[in-house]
Amino acid sequence: MRRSRGSPAVGRRLALLVVLSLHLMLSSAFQSDELIQDDEEFGLEGGRIPDREISTPVRAAPRVKTSGDVSSPTDAKSVQITLEHAFGDSDFSPAGIFTARLKSSNHGGQTLTKLRFRRDALTDLEKKAFERILRNDDFYTIRLPSNVLNPPGREYVISSVRARCLPRESLDEHFVINMEGVNILSVTYGSTRMCQYPRLLEYPTKWVFNSRTVLKSGELAQRRPTFAEEVLAAESAEGEGVKPPEKSFWAKYWMYLIPLGLIVMNAITQAMNLPEEPAAGQTASQTQQQGAQRAPSAATRRR
Amino acid sequence: MIYTGKSTVYNKHPSRFWCRDLEAFRKFRTKLHFFSTSVSVFHLPRMFSWFPLDDLYQQYIGKVKHAIFHAQKAGRRRVVVATEENVIASLDLRRGELFWRHVLGENDSVDQIDIALGKYVITLSSGSILRTWNLPDGQMVWESFLQVSASSMSLFFVPASIEVGTDQQIFVSAGGCLHAVSSIDGEVIWKREFTDSLEIQKLFQTPYGDITAIGFSSSSQIDIYQLSAKNGDILVHKSASFPGGFSREASFVSGDVFVTLDATRYILVLVNLNGGEIRFHQTHISDLAEGYSGTAAILPQKFTGMFALELDSLIMLMKVESGRDLEIIEKIPHPASISDSLFLANGQQAFAMVKHEETNNILKESINLDSQRGSVQKVFLNNYVKTDKSHGFRALVVMEDHSLLLVQQGEIVWSREDGLASIIASTTSELPVEKGVSVAKVEHSIFEWIKGHLLKVKGTLMLANAEDLAAIQRMRLKSFEKTKMTRDHNGFRKLLVVLTRAGKVLALHTGDGRIVWSLLLSPLHSSDSCQHLIPVDIYQWQVPHHHAMDENPSVLVISRCGLHSDAPGVISIVDSYSGKVFSSSKLSHSVLQVMPLPLTDSTEQRLHIIIDDNKKAHLYPRTPESINIFRPELPNTYWYSVEAVKGAIKGYSFRGNCIDTDEDDYCFDTRELWSIIFPSDSEKITGATTRKYNEVRFIIVHIQNMLFVATVSPRAAGNIGSATPEEAYLVVYLIDAVTGRIIHRVTHLGAQGPIHAVVSENWVVYHYFNLRAHKYEMSVVEVNDQSRQDNKSIWKLLLGKHNLTSPVSAFSQPEVTVKSQSYFFTHSVKTMAVTSTAKGITSKQLLIGTIGDQVLALDKRYLDPRRTPDPSPSEREEGIIPLTDSLPIIPQSYVTHSLQVEGLRGIATMPAKLESTSLVFAYGVDLFFTRVAPSRTYDSLTEDFSYALLLITIVVLVASIFVTWALSEKKELEEKWR
Repeated sequence: MRRSRGSPAVGRRLALLVVLSLHLMLSSAFQSDELIQDDEEFGLEGGRIPDREISTPVRAAPRVKTSGDVSSPTDAKSVQITLEHAFGDSDFSPAGIFTARLKSSNHGGQTLTKLRFRRDALTDLEKKAFERILRNDDFYTIRLPSNVLNPPGREYVISSVRARCLPRESLDEHFVINMEGVNILSVTYGSTRMCQYPRLLEYPTKWVFNSRTVLKSGELAQRRPTFAEEVLAAESAEGEGVKPPEKSFWAKYWMYLIPLGLIVMNAITQAMNLPEEPAAGQTASQTQQQGAQRAPSAATRRR
Repeated sequence: MIYTGKSTVYNKHPSRFWCRDLEAFRKFRTKLHFFSTSVSVFHLPRMFSWFPLDDLYQQYIGKVKHAIFHAQKAGRRRVVVATEENVIASLDLRRGELFWRHVLGENDSVDQIDIALGKYVITLSSGSILRTWNLPDGQMVWESFLQVSASSMSLFFVPASIEVGTDQQIFVSAGGCLHAVSSIDGEVIWKREFTDSLEIQKLFQTPYGDITAIGFSSSSQIDIYQLSAKNGDILVHKSASFPGGFSREASFVSGDVFVTLDATRYILVLVNLNGGEIRFHQTHISDLAEGYSGTAAILPQKFTGMFALELDSLIMLMKVESGRDLEIIEKIPHPASISDSLFLANGQQAFAMVKHEETNNILKESINLDSQRGSVQKVFLNNYVKTDKSHGFRALVVMEDHSLLLVQQGEIVWSREDGLASIIASTTSELPVEKGVSVAKVEHSIFEWIKGHLLKVKGTLMLANAEDLAAIQRMRLKSFEKTKMTRDHNGFRKLLVVLTRAGKVLALHTGDGRIVWSLLLSPLHSSDSCQHLIPVDIYQWQVPHHHAMDENPSVLVISRCGLHSDAPGVISIVDSYSGKVFSSSKLSHSVLQVMPLPLTDSTEQRLHIIIDDNKKAHLYPRTPESINIFRPELPNTYWYSVEAVKGAIKGYSFRGNCIDTDEDDYCFDTRELWSIIFPSDSEKITGATTRKYNEVRFIIVHIQNMLFVATVSPRAAGNIGSATPEEAYLVVYLIDAVTGRIIHRVTHLGAQGPIHAVVSENWVVYHYFNLRAHKYEMSVVEVNDQSRQDNKSIWKLLLGKHNLTSPVSAFSQPEVTVKSQSYFFTHSVKTMAVTSTAKGITSKQLLIGTIGDQVLALDKRYLDPRRTPDPSPSEREEGIIPLTDSLPIIPQSYVTHSLQVEGLRGIATMPAKLESTSLVFAYGVDLFFTRVAPSRTYDSLTEDFSYALLLITIVVLVASIFVTWALSEKKELEEKWR
């Protein structure tokens, strides 16, 4: 649908132009994206790339990886990683291509940068298979080679998600590729949003993938600078090194203040009651005395 | 209020009791605030000396492989043994108690032991370490490390003429060298290296004082060396080759005659060294035993003038006449074990032979053995002179379950349950509920009950005299409560069901450690053609608490029928109360992994999934009901496998029933869902751990199945120091085991294993070595789910406006925040565990098995990633401790006190019914059981709390209220009249 592959008569350049113009007009033609996080640390570059920019390498690049292809004046070479997918128990078939630059660092290590991703559109057969796994609440599985330079490396790294987690308006997918040099340790595949449980059967309105990709490499453990041992020494033997925080006046002395307040109140009521109604004052003070849990010991009978 | 009575630093128990009391008193203090005179009684320091009443500590030695009897005429009879747990011990022959014991290192297995001079024990271990111990007290006299390049069979020889005080030599053959070691200080006097890989079989001293070494130097050559004992010069060297080759097992009939087998094991070769020549005499085994066509083996036992040949089901004792003629003395069918021979005074020799049915020896003794001990594996014989001057014999018998018996006069004098030194798995079981209890039943009469309480009150009030104190102490010791076979209120009493390496299941009572029942698994499967029954694990199978209360709980014992992991499995279901086997069967598939499911059927049998080596899942119990329960859960069940050799971790889900097996409803296919492949050139899996499946969590954790995996650089996979800090690194992964998502991945540069980790709730703590700092380090990683962050408001929780109970799919992958922090730690660690309590509310303690075989309790608060050098007041209020560089080791927090759990291998924790308390079972060669309260026992009084005193106090208070009330009424009336 999206590509002009079906027009063999037209020359390459012409086809390219046609594709470009088509894309400019019908932006929904095919959905292939790039990572959206412009995080240089993760080896990502740029945000979501307009479709036309993607389509060019699509045409140019054959499906097979071309590792020796030196495409920049520096010693970075471009590599392609084929993404394959499977529906439920089906076999794996190609589903897209990651393109990246392999950058050699000073100390011999190699890292991937400028990762781009082009997703193939679903064929009718694949669409049917996808509908089937949606109905069955089955798994949608993807795999990548575990080595970028000589795929598939030792083995493929696999990741799966319940198919029902993917559909929104389109099919939202999120790749987290964990790298170790030129090796892919694992890929985590899933939806960009929460996957509710129980999973409800819903079909996407558009059968296109809306992809996000993050390339992750390991981080180094940080250690806080060494602290003086005095801190430790200051701790008590029981290990209760928490110094009591500065308390407010009220927090410190409430247990004294409340009885004091009660005594004062008691005294005031007595002082008020005494001159007017000695008898009533007596009973009042008596009940109060019992109620106040004998705290105001000063409220002895002085009447 | 002043609390006095500090206890010593290392004796932790008194202080703990004291603290517990304090805690209870603190609570009461608030209630009895106004009645200070009565409370002051409580502050008086304790009068009695306390000792660990609630701890269980048992010492074992393991399966005996060498035993030497001490042949001293007078004094205490003892036997020195070396075991497969690398223990050297001296046992009392009369009672079987330990005089002394030494646990050598894990890789320091004992090759040979001997007694020299009647008071020294000499041991050779690891093929090259020679040690001498003082026999009476077990002190080491000296230790000598012999420099050997290659490890090979090693043996030593102590000349019989060795005398006290003189500098005699001990000759050690190790690693193709012969060493002469001084018997005084263990110094190597001389060392003779032999060309070509000579494996010395026998060392002995000629009457002239020279040393003769006989050995095989290649598969078909025999070498004899005669060396000078003074300087090790080779005096004579002879060699001869035998075209058929040797099987390299030899039995010496006499000093110059020995027998061996050819390489095919069909021909018996008699080697005669007499007269300076080496002569071979061959005899076909089929000639000795008519019609026998199998192979033979020579038993390693030492006899004089004889040797023992083992054929398939037969042991032949053969005598060698005049250096070449063989004579069959005895054919013994189906013997179990045979001992070395003993010389008796009048030139006779004796040996012990144990058979299980009948024996026709001259001295025949039959003993009745407990059927749960299995068959006899080894016998060591010792003689003594009876009162009527005839010879008496006693035998030390090692049984199949690794227990040790001393048999004398047809009776078992003592037995030791030494299989408990090799526990491989443990679980617990509740005791039966007590039915129809009344006070009168528990105590003998109400009068005694009152008397007992009065005594206690007296003791507390310091009114008791010495007699009373003794009575109180006696009451406490007998503490009938502790050893009762019924459930207690607090859930402290339990049955520990353990599985030993010998394949025996034992139930121990936690009160006094007695064995309630035991069950040897191998006899159950003798009919299943199960040669090697390898025990694997033990699980709780049925824990009745809601329904099916009248049924006994039971445990599931998984074992394997064969040495390899693909051998078929065996499952047995055993009653926890009686040890009765409910069912036991050999499975048609192997056992790779066992998963207890969080599902139980109507009789409270837990559903288990067993994964076989074809990655197929099998459901147990095999009942239609369990299938009906499991089917709805099938799509939501996942499992993973860590393939350390391949460097991969894979996650699986379940599919429908197995396709290839016919009509098995209980078999399920699995499908690979995710995989993590570690590059083999840069990372190597060294450890993986996850949460305990039955952990009770109070906090809600989004990542339910957090898997911790650690990998190291392949170069740093060896011991500490095998790699430089530059080439060593440690990568730690936290993985969601359902989706395979890597939650956290962090690299510690310059760090090396061994790695010990514990995962609980939302955190993981791991221990490793920092090569740069030359210190051990412990790191903590905490994972917090962002989507649940907004539930902090208590009002939301109260009004139910939270999303804590809504189901969450593991596939939603919410943002998580990960915090981590590293601390230095002084100790090397053998094992780690975490306390577990009934509801998971009590704060946690890490239980660290230190290199000194002790268990250290470390508050999780110290391993909080939020610790900062200067916490804010609100953080302090939460209990955050200011950041320190290293973790403190508080001497009082050793839960093992001053005891050592030798050879510590594992720590198991289980909750008590009381929320504050967790039960801890540490096992290795020794066993230790105690209970810990990470936040002190805030929810209970001490066991010896005097309820009578409390009652009296309340009565006095009530009475005083009435008295004062009456008095005040009276006074008021008087005032009114005034």
